[in-house]
Amino acid sequence: MSAELVTELQAKERGATRAATWRIRIVRGLGPLTVLIGLAWALIQPYRLTLIDPHGQGFWWLVSEPPLYVVLVGVLFRLLIAPGLVKDLEE
Amino acid sequence: MPHAEMVHWWFATGFLMLGLLLLAEVVVGPEVWNRRAWRRYLWPGLVFGLGLLMWPVMTFYTNSTIHMLAHGSWAQALMLAGAAELGLASGKLHSQYWRLCSAVGLAVSGGAFLVHEQQHWLFSRAAFLHHALGSMLIVAAVFPLLQAFRPRSFIGATGFATTFLVVAVLLYCDRDTAAIFGHLSQYAGPPHR
Repeated sequence: MSAELVTELQAKERGATRAATWRIRIVRGLGPLTVLIGLAWALIQPYRLTLIDPHGQGFWWLVSEPPLYVVLVGVLFRLLIAPGLVKDLEE
Repeated sequence: MPHAEMVHWWFATGFLMLGLLLLAEVVVGPEVWNRRAWRRYLWPGLVFGLGLLMWPVMTFYTNSTIHMLAHGSWAQALMLAGAAELGLASGKLHSQYWRLCSAVGLAVSGGAFLVHEQQHWLFSRAAFLHHALGSMLIVAAVFPLLQAFRPRSFIGATGFATTFLVVAVLLYCDRDTAAIFGHLSQYAGPPHR
Protein backbone atom coordinates (compact mmCIF):
# COMPACT_ATOMS: atom_id res chain seq x y z
CA MET A 1 0.00 0.00 0.00
CA SER A 2 1.42 3.39 -0.95
CA ALA A 3 2.20 5.93 1.75
CA GLU A 4 -0.14 8.42 0.07
CA LEU A 5 -3.08 5.99 0.29
CA VAL A 6 -2.35 5.21 3.95
CA THR A 7 -2.25 8.93 4.79
CA GLU A 8 -5.55 9.44 2.98
CA LEU A 9 -7.19 6.52 4.84
CA GLN A 10 -5.87 7.79 8.18
CA ALA A 11 -7.24 11.28 7.45
CA LYS A 12 -10.66 9.80 6.60
CA GLU A 13 -10.61 7.72 9.80
CA ARG A 14 -9.69 10.78 11.87
CA GLY A 15 -12.55 12.73 10.25
CA ALA A 16 -15.04 9.93 11.03
CA THR A 17 -13.82 9.71 14.64
CA ARG A 18 -14.13 13.48 15.06
CA ALA A 19 -17.71 13.39 13.69
CA ALA A 20 -18.62 10.51 16.03
CA THR A 21 -17.12 12.38 18.99
CA TRP A 22 -19.24 15.44 18.23
CA ARG A 23 -22.32 13.29 17.83
CA ILE A 24 -21.68 11.65 21.19
CA ARG A 25 -21.26 15.06 22.82
CA ILE A 26 -24.52 16.33 21.33
CA VAL A 27 -26.46 13.20 22.33
CA ARG A 28 -25.02 13.36 25.86
CA GLY A 29 -25.80 17.09 26.04
CA LEU A 30 -29.43 17.04 24.86
CA GLY A 31 -30.83 15.73 28.16
CA PRO A 32 -28.86 18.03 30.50
CA LEU A 33 -29.59 21.01 28.22
CA THR A 34 -33.31 20.26 28.48
CA VAL A 35 -32.99 19.98 32.27
CA LEU A 36 -31.18 23.33 32.39
CA ILE A 37 -33.90 24.97 30.30
CA GLY A 38 -36.55 23.60 32.68
CA LEU A 39 -34.64 24.86 35.73
CA ALA A 40 -34.09 28.28 34.14
CA TRP A 41 -37.81 28.50 33.39
CA ALA A 42 -38.61 27.59 37.02
CA LEU A 43 -36.31 30.39 38.20
CA ILE A 44 -37.70 32.97 35.78
CA GLN A 45 -41.36 32.09 36.41
CA PRO A 46 -41.51 30.50 39.88
CA TYR A 47 -45.28 31.08 39.98
CA ARG A 48 -45.63 28.32 37.37
CA LEU A 49 -44.65 25.88 40.14
CA THR A 50 -47.67 25.57 42.41
CA LEU A 51 -45.68 23.19 44.65
CA ILE A 52 -43.73 26.19 45.97
CA ASP A 53 -46.92 27.57 47.50
CA PRO A 54 -49.34 24.62 47.60
CA HIS A 55 -51.91 26.07 50.01
CA GLY A 56 -55.33 26.39 48.45
CA GLN A 57 -54.33 24.64 45.24
CA GLY A 58 -56.50 21.88 43.82
CA PHE A 59 -55.30 18.46 42.70
CA TRP A 60 -54.87 19.34 39.01
CA TRP A 61 -52.92 22.52 39.83
CA LEU A 62 -50.59 20.53 42.04
CA VAL A 63 -50.07 17.94 39.29
CA SER A 64 -49.45 20.60 36.63
CA GLU A 65 -45.86 21.80 37.00
CA PRO A 66 -44.72 22.63 33.44
CA PRO A 67 -41.06 23.51 34.27
CA LEU A 68 -40.75 20.20 36.12
CA TYR A 69 -42.21 18.39 33.10
CA VAL A 70 -39.36 19.83 31.01
CA VAL A 71 -36.83 18.70 33.61
CA LEU A 72 -38.44 15.24 33.67
CA VAL A 73 -38.20 14.89 29.88
CA GLY A 74 -34.52 15.84 30.01
CA VAL A 75 -33.83 13.33 32.78
CA LEU A 76 -35.71 10.54 30.99
CA PHE A 77 -33.84 11.24 27.75
CA ARG A 78 -30.48 11.27 29.55
CA LEU A 79 -31.16 8.07 31.48
CA LEU A 80 -33.11 5.96 28.98
CA ILE A 81 -32.21 7.09 25.46
CA ALA A 82 -28.75 8.67 25.48
CA PRO A 83 -26.71 5.76 26.99
CA GLY A 84 -27.78 3.29 24.28
CA LEU A 85 -27.15 5.81 21.51
CA VAL A 86 -23.69 6.68 22.85
CA LYS A 87 -22.81 2.98 23.13
CA ASP A 88 -23.94 2.34 19.55
CA LEU A 89 -21.99 5.37 18.31
CA GLU A 90 -18.84 4.21 20.11
CA GLU A 91 -19.12 0.78 18.47
CA MET B 1 -61.65 18.29 35.29
CA PRO B 2 -58.23 19.74 34.50
CA HIS B 3 -58.18 23.12 32.77
CA ALA B 4 -57.58 23.27 29.01
CA GLU B 5 -54.18 24.93 29.59
CA MET B 6 -53.06 21.93 31.65
CA VAL B 7 -53.96 19.57 28.82
CA HIS B 8 -51.88 21.76 26.50
CA TRP B 9 -48.90 21.44 28.88
CA TRP B 10 -49.25 17.64 29.01
CA PHE B 11 -49.29 17.45 25.23
CA ALA B 12 -46.34 19.87 25.16
CA THR B 13 -44.41 17.36 27.27
CA GLY B 14 -45.18 14.58 24.78
CA PHE B 15 -44.14 16.78 21.85
CA LEU B 16 -40.95 17.83 23.65
CA MET B 17 -39.95 14.18 24.05
CA LEU B 18 -40.94 13.53 20.42
CA GLY B 19 -38.79 16.46 19.26
CA LEU B 20 -35.80 15.26 21.30
CA LEU B 21 -36.10 11.72 19.92
CA LEU B 22 -36.30 12.97 16.33
CA LEU B 23 -33.39 15.35 16.91
CA ALA B 24 -31.30 12.53 18.36
CA GLU B 25 -32.11 10.43 15.29
CA VAL B 26 -30.89 13.27 13.06
CA VAL B 27 -27.67 13.57 15.09
CA VAL B 28 -26.74 9.87 15.14
CA GLY B 29 -28.15 9.01 11.72
CA PRO B 30 -30.74 6.36 10.81
CA GLU B 31 -28.20 3.50 10.72
CA VAL B 32 -27.24 3.93 14.38
CA TRP B 33 -30.80 4.83 15.44
CA ASN B 34 -32.27 1.68 13.88
CA ARG B 35 -29.61 -0.62 15.33
CA ARG B 36 -31.85 -1.47 18.29
CA ALA B 37 -35.32 -2.72 17.39
CA TRP B 38 -37.15 -1.02 20.29
CA ARG B 39 -35.73 2.36 19.30
CA ARG B 40 -37.26 2.14 15.82
CA TYR B 41 -40.74 2.03 17.33
CA LEU B 42 -40.17 4.75 19.90
CA TRP B 43 -41.22 7.96 18.20
CA PRO B 44 -43.81 6.44 15.84
CA GLY B 45 -45.37 4.80 18.93
CA LEU B 46 -45.35 8.15 20.72
CA VAL B 47 -47.12 9.84 17.77
CA PHE B 48 -49.72 7.07 17.74
CA GLY B 49 -50.15 7.40 21.52
CA LEU B 50 -50.60 11.18 21.29
CA GLY B 51 -53.27 10.52 18.64
CA LEU B 52 -55.04 8.10 20.99
CA LEU B 53 -54.91 10.67 23.80
CA MET B 54 -56.64 13.20 21.56
CA TRP B 55 -59.85 11.14 21.83
CA PRO B 56 -60.42 11.90 25.54
CA VAL B 57 -59.66 15.54 24.70
CA MET B 58 -62.37 15.39 22.05
CA THR B 59 -64.78 13.75 24.47
CA PHE B 60 -64.23 15.95 27.52
CA TYR B 61 -63.35 19.31 25.95
CA THR B 62 -66.14 19.66 23.43
CA ASN B 63 -67.17 23.31 23.73
CA SER B 64 -68.76 23.28 20.30
CA THR B 65 -69.28 21.12 17.22
CA ILE B 66 -66.24 22.70 15.58
CA HIS B 67 -64.12 21.74 18.62
CA MET B 68 -65.33 18.16 18.38
CA LEU B 69 -64.63 17.95 14.64
CA ALA B 70 -61.20 19.58 15.03
CA HIS B 71 -60.08 17.33 17.90
CA GLY B 72 -61.56 14.22 16.25
CA SER B 73 -59.90 14.79 12.87
CA TRP B 74 -56.69 15.64 14.69
CA ALA B 75 -56.77 12.37 16.62
CA GLN B 76 -57.31 10.42 13.41
CA ALA B 77 -54.54 12.24 11.53
CA LEU B 78 -52.02 11.69 14.35
CA MET B 79 -52.94 8.00 14.61
CA LEU B 80 -52.65 7.60 10.83
CA ALA B 81 -49.20 9.24 10.83
CA GLY B 82 -48.08 7.13 13.81
CA ALA B 83 -49.44 3.92 12.30
CA ALA B 84 -47.73 4.56 8.94
CA GLU B 85 -44.41 5.24 10.69
CA LEU B 86 -44.88 2.11 12.83
CA GLY B 87 -45.51 0.12 9.64
CA LEU B 88 -42.33 1.52 8.10
CA ALA B 89 -40.36 0.79 11.29
CA SER B 90 -41.53 -2.82 11.41
CA GLY B 91 -40.77 -3.34 7.72
CA LYS B 92 -44.39 -4.19 6.88
CA LEU B 93 -44.64 -1.05 4.79
CA HIS B 94 -41.90 -0.39 2.27
CA SER B 95 -42.76 2.62 0.15
CA GLN B 96 -41.13 5.87 1.22
CA TYR B 97 -44.35 7.63 0.20
CA TRP B 98 -46.00 6.42 3.43
CA ARG B 99 -44.17 9.39 4.96
CA LEU B 100 -46.81 11.50 3.25
CA CYS B 101 -49.08 10.43 6.15
CA SER B 102 -46.88 12.54 8.47
CA ALA B 103 -47.27 15.50 6.11
CA VAL B 104 -51.05 14.95 6.18
CA GLY B 105 -50.88 14.64 9.98
CA LEU B 106 -49.13 18.00 10.34
CA ALA B 107 -51.39 19.73 7.81
CA VAL B 108 -54.57 18.40 9.47
CA SER B 109 -53.20 19.32 12.92
CA GLY B 110 -52.51 22.84 11.67
CA GLY B 111 -55.96 23.06 10.12
CA ALA B 112 -57.55 21.80 13.34
CA PHE B 113 -55.75 24.49 15.36
CA LEU B 114 -56.92 27.23 12.99
CA VAL B 115 -60.47 25.95 12.57
CA HIS B 116 -61.30 25.65 16.27
CA GLU B 117 -59.86 29.06 17.18
CA GLN B 118 -62.68 31.43 16.44
CA GLN B 119 -61.12 34.60 17.89
CA HIS B 120 -58.64 36.92 16.19
CA TRP B 121 -54.86 36.77 16.76
CA LEU B 122 -54.64 39.36 19.57
CA PHE B 123 -57.82 38.34 21.42
CA SER B 124 -55.73 36.54 24.07
CA ARG B 125 -52.55 34.52 24.36
CA ALA B 126 -54.42 31.26 23.74
CA ALA B 127 -55.93 32.67 20.54
CA PHE B 128 -52.53 33.92 19.37
CA LEU B 129 -50.89 30.58 20.07
CA HIS B 130 -53.61 28.64 18.25
CA HIS B 131 -53.17 30.85 15.17
CA ALA B 132 -49.36 30.64 15.39
CA LEU B 133 -49.37 26.86 15.91
CA GLY B 134 -51.88 26.27 13.12
CA SER B 135 -50.05 28.40 10.57
CA MET B 136 -46.67 26.95 11.55
CA LEU B 137 -47.83 23.33 11.32
CA ILE B 138 -49.31 23.84 7.87
CA VAL B 139 -46.00 25.34 6.67
CA ALA B 140 -44.01 22.63 8.52
CA ALA B 141 -45.88 19.91 6.60
CA VAL B 142 -43.34 20.63 3.88
CA PHE B 143 -40.64 18.80 5.92
CA PRO B 144 -42.18 15.29 5.90
CA LEU B 145 -43.27 16.02 2.33
CA LEU B 146 -39.62 16.59 1.50
CA GLN B 147 -38.68 13.39 3.36
CA ALA B 148 -41.23 11.40 1.34
CA PHE B 149 -39.44 12.31 -1.87
CA ARG B 150 -35.90 12.56 -0.42
CA PRO B 151 -35.79 10.15 2.57
CA ARG B 152 -32.22 11.11 3.52
CA SER B 153 -32.84 14.85 3.41
CA PHE B 154 -31.04 16.50 6.37
CA ILE B 155 -33.17 19.63 6.07
CA GLY B 156 -36.36 17.54 6.03
CA ALA B 157 -35.36 15.52 9.12
CA THR B 158 -34.06 18.53 11.08
CA GLY B 159 -37.09 20.62 10.18
CA PHE B 160 -39.43 17.80 11.22
CA ALA B 161 -37.69 17.43 14.60
CA THR B 162 -37.51 21.18 15.22
CA THR B 163 -41.22 21.54 14.42
CA PHE B 164 -42.14 19.46 17.49
CA LEU B 165 -39.75 21.37 19.74
CA VAL B 166 -41.36 24.66 18.65
CA VAL B 167 -44.83 23.13 19.12
CA ALA B 168 -43.82 22.15 22.67
CA VAL B 169 -42.57 25.67 23.48
CA LEU B 170 -45.75 27.29 22.14
CA LEU B 171 -48.00 24.83 24.00
CA TYR B 172 -46.11 25.45 27.27
CA CYS B 173 -46.75 29.21 26.78
CA ASP B 174 -50.50 28.62 26.69
CA ARG B 175 -52.71 30.03 29.44
CA ASP B 176 -56.50 29.94 29.39
CA THR B 177 -56.73 33.70 29.86
CA ALA B 178 -53.62 35.83 29.52
CA ALA B 179 -52.46 38.86 27.57
CA ILE B 180 -50.39 38.63 24.40
CA PHE B 181 -48.03 41.55 23.65
CA GLY B 182 -50.08 43.64 26.08
CA HIS B 183 -53.38 42.81 24.35
CA LEU B 184 -56.27 41.04 26.03
CA SER B 185 -59.85 41.37 24.92
CA GLN B 186 -62.32 42.58 27.55
CA TYR B 187 -64.45 39.54 26.59
CA ALA B 188 -61.69 37.05 27.48
CA GLY B 189 -62.23 37.21 31.25
CA PRO B 190 -59.91 37.98 34.18
CA PRO B 191 -56.28 37.29 33.22
CA HIS B 192 -53.90 34.78 34.81
CA ARG B 193 -50.32 35.60 35.50
